[in-house]
Amino acid sequence: MRELLVIFFAGVLLNNFILSRFLGICPFIGVSKRIETAAGMGMAVIFVMAVASVITWAVQYYILVPLDLGYLQTIAFILVIAALVQLVEMVILKVSPTLYQALGIYLPLITTNCAVLGVAIINIRENYDIIQTAVNGIAGAAGFTLAIILFAGIRERLDFAPIPEALKGFPLALITAGLMSIAFLGFTGFKLAALFGL
Amino acid sequence: MIYLKAILSLAGLGAVFGIMLGLAAKKFAVESDPRIEKITGVLPGANCGGCGYPGCSGLASAIVGGSAPVDGCPVGGQAVADKIAGIMGIQAVHARERQVARVMCGGGADKASSRFAYIGIKDCRAAELVSGGPKACTFGCLGFGTCVKACPFGAIEMGSDGLPVIDEIKCTGCGKCIAACPRGIIALVPVSKRTHVLCRSHARGAEVRKVCKVGCIGCGICVKTCPNSAIVLEDNLARIIPDKCDNCGKCIEKCPTKCITMANESDSRVAVEAGVGASGRPSTRNEDSAGCCVAK
Repeated sequence: MRELLVIFFAGVLLNNFILSRFLGICPFIGVSKRIETAAGMGMAVIFVMAVASVITWAVQYYILVPLDLGYLQTIAFILVIAALVQLVEMVILKVSPTLYQALGIYLPLITTNCAVLGVAIINIRENYDIIQTAVNGIAGAAGFTLAIILFAGIRERLDFAPIPEALKGFPLALITAGLMSIAFLGFTGFKLAALFGL
Repeated sequence: MIYLKAILSLAGLGAVFGIMLGLAAKKFAVESDPRIEKITGVLPGANCGGCGYPGCSGLASAIVGGSAPVDGCPVGGQAVADKIAGIMGIQAVHARERQVARVMCGGGADKASSRFAYIGIKDCRAAELVSGGPKACTFGCLGFGTCVKACPFGAIEMGSDGLPVIDEIKCTGCGKCIAACPRGIIALVPVSKRTHVLCRSHARGAEVRKVCKVGCIGCGICVKTCPNSAIVLEDNLARIIPDKCDNCGKCIEKCPTKCITMANESDSRVAVEAGVGASGRPSTRNEDSAGCCVAK
């Protein structure tokens, strides 16, 4: 149990997918203009990453390893993720057309969100069991959500700030993201294992 | 054997996910109003945003939802409004008169003076940032063609005098150029109203005379001349009220600086063609005013 907590907090803070591993930057910059859409994107990514982690784990250990097809890992994982994103897209369109509109192109783009493929491959590389895999998937996505919501909050406030014309929009967004990344670097010093008494 | 194994396992995975998605598509099917698709098909499809909605499909859903009128598309005009009215099953309404953009500045490079030589980015918005632009008149057209680039319909070209010329046949009244112009010189006017004060300067008469030969000096002669009292003087600038103007042209004759003109479709295109003919490119004056203007 303690070990799972360590995996969770490491995934959210220490190895934050966006601010430490620099994966999944595209939706991070693209859908972070308003907190609402950022949160919606975060929820979609949490679902996709959690489910994708578990299914890719199963695909790895029940199909690829027994059949000695390890070299098909990337393509098989992409297949899983693409199918899941399609499913999420249908569900969101049905449940919340507004969120569907707001997410726009970035929803299907979760397919190519390298954070999702990243978490699947990291799970295998770290030799996690299925529970640890699920926790790591949720943690990675929670870290993504945390980062994108914080970022959207900052960007919403920056809208009212007097910003030099040349920095408006993406330039300032990238600078902000860089500063946030430096701030998250501070978590590296945490000894999580010791904190949870391991 | 090894190939077969790889192919079969991936194909199997694909089939499983395919069936799963197929079932989900049935379960989560969303019925959309078929009229939205039909109206989107009828709309011009330029996605210019001139209607105030995000793209043509945005307007289509707003029309079906009842929050936009059937003549909501300023680009399509009456023809499109009639078709949409047909799809919606309601009586065709009279669309608003077609609006076209007009450049409300007559101070070309030969008529208005410059303060300094600007050699920066050839964009009005950039030039405007440099101490208010190179033109001596702070209200006049800078002539770097930002509106030309903004026009999604190719209706604006730079004339030979460094002022943009709007082809009123191509112009759809979407308003993109108005948003792009940093000085707010372009205005949308009903196409039948052809008499315009080609000046936006609120400066006093003496100052206007110093910087431009064809600026409005706010003398008020046109206000007295107009038989329909369609002209008002506001803050040193004459303004024609479109609803009252009947294009009689009396103000044009009396205006001492000739800043009131009658827009003429054939004129505007002749000007563009002349500009092209002179040097092979329509923007000769534009380049002059971009780099070589010497302060007088």
